[in-house]
Amino acid sequence: MTDTLERTSESEAPSPNPVDWSKVQKWGSLGGLTMSFIAAIGMVAALDKRIIISPWLSLGFITLLWVPVAYGYIAATEKASDGSPPPVKGARDIISGLVTGLISGALFALFIVIIDAVDLTDVFRNLGPKLVELLTFGLGLGAASVIWIVGSGLLGLIGGALKVVRPTVRRVVSSAAMGVFGVALLELIVTDISQGLHIEFVTDWLYAINGGLTTISAIVVAILFGLLGLRSDDRTLTQRRLDRMNLEPQVLVRRNAIAAAITIAAVIFLPMILGGLTNELLANVGLFVLMGLGLNIVVGSAGLLDLGYVAFFAVGAYTTAILTSPLSPTWTPELTLNFLSWEGWLILAIVLVMAAIAGLFIGTPVIKLRGDYLAIVTLGFGEIVRILFLSDWLSPYFGGAQGITNIPSAALGPVEIKGTNSQAMFYLIAAFVAIAIYVSWRLQKSRTGRAWTALREDEDVAEAMGINTTASKLTAFVTGAMFASIAGMLFAAKVGSIFPSSFKLLVSIIILVIVIVGGMGSIPGVIIGAIVLIGILGGPTQPGLLQEFGQFKLLIYGALLVVMMLKRPEGLWPSLRRQRELHHDEMSQDSWLQGTSYQTGGVPEDEQGGTRYTDDAAPIQDGDG
Amino acid sequence: MTTTATTPTRTFKFSWTDSFLWAIRVMAIFVIVWGFIGAIALGLEGNGLSAEAWKQLIVSGVAQGSMYGLLALGYSMVYGVLGFINFAHGEVFMVGAMVGFFAADALFEAGLWEANFILSIFIVLLVAMFTSTFTAVLIEKIAYQPLRNAPRLIPLITSIGISFFIQNAVQLLVGPAVKTYPAPPSWLSDPVNILGFQIPGTILLVVFLAAVSMVGLWLFVERSATGRAMRAVAEDKEIAALMGINVDRVIVMTFAVGGAMAGVAALLWALMFRSVSFITGFLPGIKAFTAAVLGGIGNIVGAMVGGLLLGLFESLGPNVILRGLSWQIPLALGIVLLAAGVATVVGGRAMKRNGVVVLGAAAILMGLTGVAGFTIVIPGLSQLKDVVAFTALVLVLIFRPAGLFGEQLGREDRA
Amino acid sequence: MPMLDIQHLTKSFGGVQALNDLDFHVDKGEIVSVIGPNGAGKTSFFNTVTGYFSPDEGQILFNGVNISGHEPHEITELGIARTFQNVRLFPDMTVLENVMVAQHCRTTTGIFGTLLNTRSFRREEAQIEANAKDVLSFFGKRLQGYRWDQPASVLSYANRRRLEIARAMATEPELILLDEPTAGMNPKETAELTDLIRQLRDDRGYTVVLIEHEMRVVRDVSDRVVVLDHGEKIAEGDFETVSHNPDVIEAYLGRPAEHTDE
Repeated sequence: MTDTLERTSESEAPSPNPVDWSKVQKWGSLGGLTMSFIAAIGMVAALDKRIIISPWLSLGFITLLWVPVAYGYIAATEKASDGSPPPVKGARDIISGLVTGLISGALFALFIVIIDAVDLTDVFRNLGPKLVELLTFGLGLGAASVIWIVGSGLLGLIGGALKVVRPTVRRVVSSAAMGVFGVALLELIVTDISQGLHIEFVTDWLYAINGGLTTISAIVVAILFGLLGLRSDDRTLTQRRLDRMNLEPQVLVRRNAIAAAITIAAVIFLPMILGGLTNELLANVGLFVLMGLGLNIVVGSAGLLDLGYVAFFAVGAYTTAILTSPLSPTWTPELTLNFLSWEGWLILAIVLVMAAIAGLFIGTPVIKLRGDYLAIVTLGFGEIVRILFLSDWLSPYFGGAQGITNIPSAALGPVEIKGTNSQAMFYLIAAFVAIAIYVSWRLQKSRTGRAWTALREDEDVAEAMGINTTASKLTAFVTGAMFASIAGMLFAAKVGSIFPSSFKLLVSIIILVIVIVGGMGSIPGVIIGAIVLIGILGGPTQPGLLQEFGQFKLLIYGALLVVMMLKRPEGLWPSLRRQRELHHDEMSQDSWLQGTSYQTGGVPEDEQGGTRYTDDAAPIQDGDG
Repeated sequence: MTTTATTPTRTFKFSWTDSFLWAIRVMAIFVIVWGFIGAIALGLEGNGLSAEAWKQLIVSGVAQGSMYGLLALGYSMVYGVLGFINFAHGEVFMVGAMVGFFAADALFEAGLWEANFILSIFIVLLVAMFTSTFTAVLIEKIAYQPLRNAPRLIPLITSIGISFFIQNAVQLLVGPAVKTYPAPPSWLSDPVNILGFQIPGTILLVVFLAAVSMVGLWLFVERSATGRAMRAVAEDKEIAALMGINVDRVIVMTFAVGGAMAGVAALLWALMFRSVSFITGFLPGIKAFTAAVLGGIGNIVGAMVGGLLLGLFESLGPNVILRGLSWQIPLALGIVLLAAGVATVVGGRAMKRNGVVVLGAAAILMGLTGVAGFTIVIPGLSQLKDVVAFTALVLVLIFRPAGLFGEQLGREDRA
Repeated sequence: MPMLDIQHLTKSFGGVQALNDLDFHVDKGEIVSVIGPNGAGKTSFFNTVTGYFSPDEGQILFNGVNISGHEPHEITELGIARTFQNVRLFPDMTVLENVMVAQHCRTTTGIFGTLLNTRSFRREEAQIEANAKDVLSFFGKRLQGYRWDQPASVLSYANRRRLEIARAMATEPELILLDEPTAGMNPKETAELTDLIRQLRDDRGYTVVLIEHEMRVVRDVSDRVVVLDHGEKIAEGDFETVSHNPDVIEAYLGRPAEHTDE
């Protein structure tokens, strides 16, 4: 096939707008490999039971079908490999997409033929006759191959066409597609809410009996979301940001206040109409928001990559367990985590003190290390803490592998907040999250927060500004530790029994992914990161909304980390500071082109005419002195 | 102005962090010395380790250490050239061991494993080396190349993501079960007596293969043109590029060589432990990184020596040092140590030699332990094997970040 | 008593003698220039005074207190501020924040004050901001108005240098060390800055030590010039004396075949 393509490319070379065959070849083969990989890890088979549109489209197949669309779009969009200027949009993009899809489909068909011919289950446990049957739709190999090649070619063509069409069309199409996908995926939560609002008839009509949208409801949803896409305007993301920054401060404050009010109302009222399962999800999300905000102070603000963050979570959980559980060996003060009596607050205080001690103990020796060594040493500490909790040596105190059980639930006076009562649990966690958000927010715009930012940006200079770097870093480290310990306390009260296996390195990494996906240093970013990742995919041991993804979520977390670092290191919702840093070029250029400036304060008259970069060409008129 | 030469008269400054670091030093020396002496004393009393057990521990320490050394090379070379920790290197090793297992299994099924073991091992070695090299180069092409000028932590986080991804991909592809390599023939696994050490043939083979690979790599880096280019790139990428060296190609070569060594290490792992699963890469990876830092990161000979030291420490640590802590220091010795310790501390303060003060303080602690008759009996020593390894990691990175033989880093990475 | 009194300061790196038995003093209210060829040890001298290097021998007395061996942040707190040769700002922070950070050692509110939003915290924040704006006003309209909210990374080169000086001023020092403040500036900017350096002393009351390569600046502002070569002081005095000193000319130009006064 390669040969044919190369020959074609030679024969077509003189045409003015040639297709870049090497690019198409690259993305086509990558597409085939990606699809084969997804099938080989068992994703298609595992997710086939989750229906998106009944009866003909399952989530399993969607994990394959997005590949030709996306890669077709990329092959049509990506800059030419020889660096030549981007050609005019047109038929070549559609052809690029089509051929990319065809190559992917052909390679995938080849993959199916191979696994049909050779039974590889000895090595790759998923590559057996079952997978072949699934992928050939019960038809013959030949027919299935044709379907895959043609189908994926068509999908690639759609991908390429998305590049060519007007932005409005692209928006409508993607909005409709995402809408259908989203509504189908969120079936659980939509049903839950409609039950709370007593509008079950909507969901009864929307969803098929065995899950998924019906074909008709899918079409309706697609149209609705398509219209929604039509309504939104053409501004790019950068433009939106620019516009937001150009707003008058009062308007901005008002907008933020409205957003905050809506959020608070949602947090208060939503759990009441949601069922237990969704509340459970929200409670888990809350725990990870708490830890994410803590790690955000350590990594995002102060720039210390702490990979042993789970240690503080463990300290909080074990301290609570020892203080409350009647079954904890050696020490059994048997306090109750009652926040309307002194005992609850005493527990909280002890947890915070223990976290501070642990933070100082781990932080002090590592604080002067190079950034990357600090990461590995904290990882080491995290593992040491876990293994010590697990060991027979300390099992007389911490229970070893059996952990500590019978931890009583938290309470508010006579009202017990049982771990199984996820609605009450959610409110409890949300209260602490609110405090954590307040603390993070206050610290960010204070003397302490400024010192952290300075440290992250240039340690030597921060030192010259009179900032005690060691003390400042330790403060960040300990503050972060305290957040995690509170999460640990709530976790212990929620689950009722804790084991060393709940505190693996995995937890640290997942919290890191939350912070990075959300945007380092950004409080809303961390919250959104936690909602999206923990809510949908699930935590280390907690299932998310897509329980079927359970076995794949760690793989996805790893891939997310890599993709974010490569494509969008500032995160999905970066803090204003990083946003500014990454986009000040575009923005100053835009405003210059539009003849406006994005300045906010009073402008000295002598400099208004100049652009940002030539200010010093302005005549010196300063008469002061 | 005064004319007499002044020595710096510093105002005494008390710093919590520094005091804490000194306290850790004292504790570390105290525990290691007490444990070591205790183990010997227990052995002499007849209820500790026998001489035979000591020898076994040393032999297995050397064997594991040479594996760590090979793995450490990958960390060391990449850090030397690019200045970041390639956290995914452990996974490169694991993939080699995993694919090697399938090769070995196929050879076993075909009967070649028993008919011609040496040839089989050679084939498995080639397969493992090829897989690891391929994986290492692929990672570099996909993930690290676009991040060439990013801040140091960005590629580190990327490599953590890759490591996570590969682990889970392997688990999903081949299943979570532990795979066991077929057993080597008995003529190889039987112990041979060398200088009073009973050494199994497999261990000899491990050490032999490690030594050959090390020498080969050393010759490659020191003698070949590519090796010279590597050293030039490690020293200064810009100048190397000006000298007409294709920096990107050299970086790929670095990953390839590191990957190949990880492949050899994978075979050594298979010979020693025979089992492999998707998490096999994590701990050896961390330990090998420790070895690389211990030997001085960027330093090839250092990586090997660091590996051997770490292997020995890990092998002796739990069984000797932690066991030795159950030995009670005799009262008389305690008093002597107490007195000597106080004298050393006073002398050290007078000489302004912090190291002497630390030794004295450790001696005082030992003396007090002896006087108080205090011992630590630790059940389930083998559970703490990894604690010992991680403690070594922590201590090395905190107290010897430049390693025993000095770092060899590029200009821009030294800061 | 001199404000800064350095006695027998010695510092070497490996075999390289960066500072060799250097005696040096600055009186209150002086502007002293340190000049010398590249590699003469000028920046090492600054780094040693501000605590980035600890001296091998000798002592640094600041208002009679020996400060050698102290951490840089302690020295800043004692009242010595500095700028860096290769301008080092906090690029993502705004101009105003850059200056506000520098007030760190003059303020005290800790985490609890911040969290409780105490009155003293609010008063202090307002004071920090007012001080920062005051310091920025020293540069006329250069760093005013909308510039406050711009990230430091978008500033022009000359403005970055100005901001660095503003930051040093905001630490409320007695002594300011300026490391090549006019490097990279055009003649007009240089002339403007020369005036400002004088104003630093005359209006704001700082004592100034500067490293400078631009001889016109040195001539215009210095009360006294100290010449370093190979870490040793080879000449000292007013600009006229020093510029005619044969040792100085030799250090700059190498040993000439025949020597004439210019």
